[in-house]
Amino acid sequence: MSEPILSVRNLNFKFTLRGKTLHAIRDVSLDVYPGESLAIVGESGSGKSVFTKSFMGLNDKNGWVESGEILYSGMDLAKFTQEEEWLKIRGKEIAMVMQDPMTSLNPLKTIGAQIMEAIELHQHLKGAKARQAMLEILKDVGIQNPEKRAKQYPHEFSGGMRQRVVIAIAVACKPKILICDEPTTALDVTIQAQILKLIKDLIAKYNLTAIYITHDLGVVANVAERIAVMYAGDIIEIGKSEEIFYDPKHPYTWALLSSLPQLGVKGEDLYSIKGTPPNLFQEIKGDPFAPRNPKPLKIDFVKRPPLFEVTPTHKARTWLLDPRAPKVEPPESIKMLKDGRIGKL
Amino acid sequence: MLKYSLKRLISAIFTLIIILSIVFFLLRQMPIEGYFDNFDKMSETTINSKLREMGLLDPFPVQLKNFFSDLLRGDLGTSAKYRVGEDVTKIILEKAPISLKMGLLSMGISLLIGIPLGGAMARSKIWDRFGTIFIVFVNAVPSAIYYIFIQMYGTQLMGISMTFEPDNLVTWILPVFSMSLGNIAYYAMWLRRYMVDEMTRDYVKLARAKGVSKKSLTMKHVFRNAFVPMIQYLPSSILYTVCGSLYIESLYGIPGMGGLLVDVIGRQDNPMVQALVMIYSCIGIVGLLIGDLMMGVIDPRISFAKKEGSR
Repeated sequence: MSEPILSVRNLNFKFTLRGKTLHAIRDVSLDVYPGESLAIVGESGSGKSVFTKSFMGLNDKNGWVESGEILYSGMDLAKFTQEEEWLKIRGKEIAMVMQDPMTSLNPLKTIGAQIMEAIELHQHLKGAKARQAMLEILKDVGIQNPEKRAKQYPHEFSGGMRQRVVIAIAVACKPKILICDEPTTALDVTIQAQILKLIKDLIAKYNLTAIYITHDLGVVANVAERIAVMYAGDIIEIGKSEEIFYDPKHPYTWALLSSLPQLGVKGEDLYSIKGTPPNLFQEIKGDPFAPRNPKPLKIDFVKRPPLFEVTPTHKARTWLLDPRAPKVEPPESIKMLKDGRIGKL
Repeated sequence: MLKYSLKRLISAIFTLIIILSIVFFLLRQMPIEGYFDNFDKMSETTINSKLREMGLLDPFPVQLKNFFSDLLRGDLGTSAKYRVGEDVTKIILEKAPISLKMGLLSMGISLLIGIPLGGAMARSKIWDRFGTIFIVFVNAVPSAIYYIFIQMYGTQLMGISMTFEPDNLVTWILPVFSMSLGNIAYYAMWLRRYMVDEMTRDYVKLARAKGVSKKSLTMKHVFRNAFVPMIQYLPSSILYTVCGSLYIESLYGIPGMGGLLVDVIGRQDNPMVQALVMIYSCIGIVGLLIGDLMMGVIDPRISFAKKEGSR
């Protein structure tokens, strides 16, 4: 693979909440390669949003980078503290599509003006030229009759249309990396596919690198070439989509995949992961998933597993991959995925 | 938009009619001494014949009808005691300019200080502390008390007389300042509140994510959106201030409308009291009406609220 466009090295991110310290991102490393589509999956509170927001300095003020590096085109974003420094990155280099389109737009400005704001900031166009660019982008995101729609306010748009506008704003910045923070969570199922397709098309057209954040494995299967599974503020497994779906190694990934509803399986309760994610206010010892793991190893409670390499592209942080570990078979339901009985992804 | 405005206008007119009728009815319950300059020296028969002459012995609906038809011609009756026999409208028009000038001045000052103070409070901790102390003080201490303090020590400090002299500009300072205090606190408090509210909104996060600088974010997005809910109450607040402060005007002996109301109540001049009370209640309604209309202009969601729906 080529040189990474964004490289995170041993990032530790912490928050102070009511006098206590929350260790949200625990020693995470990740390389993002130009032009790829990477999905970060994990349940709520696993730190996936905090992680990506730290690339843009968008985390709340009570959070800070404890240690580590975020390398982007020769800069270490982890060292940024001033608003001015971040302004060089936000929008221009890394843009974000937010979760809830219903509230992500300023209700008092026309959507044209809101897109123009991004264009004027980052493409340095003014007046009629900026307007022209704005109309073009509206067309790009599939909004009919852009001349008229540009003059309308967000409340005159439906949820799916608003998400298109939000995407238009992100694309209008002409970024290199596009972070899509649960872009379809707040949308109707029927609209979801359209929006995902739109994002995919735009990524191809503008030659963007995409990072999807989601807890919806259906979305992931649709869009991602590579998947990083996050749990308790750590990436516990990362690999190509096929590798994660067909040959998962970490018990948490097994559990996650087992909880996917599957067609053709009737009369059985949908699998759910027992217990709750660990409390990140406390120090985590060993494998964070061990307390919820149905078949944990003893060492899981003692020592943090290293990142074992399965293939050059597939890595997982579990002691099961240690040569000395006993053989633990993944659950049956996962094998069905592997056998292709679920149908193609 | 037009439909919304018309609706508001009509409902305001109805409210106005109802309120005027109630005020009119209540003032009919006042003792009849209030209609005569020399009540004590008059015989029962003269009083009765005068009352009949003024139409005050007619049945209430007839009185009300006469009152409204007079009102439409701009006739608010004649003063009974304050300046016997003079038209109420003439007296009020004479008193209004000074209240208007003072009110506008104080309004300008309140906006000029209150709005930036509120904005600063929303953004900086130090200003927030300072502003909160100020707001709590102004709201917690009864205004009568600090008005008197300002008058006593202020005049002493500046070496001027306690009373107001229209031609001496220095004597304007203290009353205008006193009038402004309450409004400054009020505007700062609400603007801060609305701005802090807006800052946590998702659209602010999106604007930050697209690279809008903090300064332009505050000015173009947060401030404007925070100002919308304030717009609704601003006109009433302006009108009330412009029409004079009851207490301050009588404190400094300012010959304005507020002082006039206190004065005529003391003298039991029924027609004057009626006219002034009505004017003050109208102001409230007109203020709200203007506020609603301005909201309609500034907030695009309002004019469409009923017509198209959101999807």
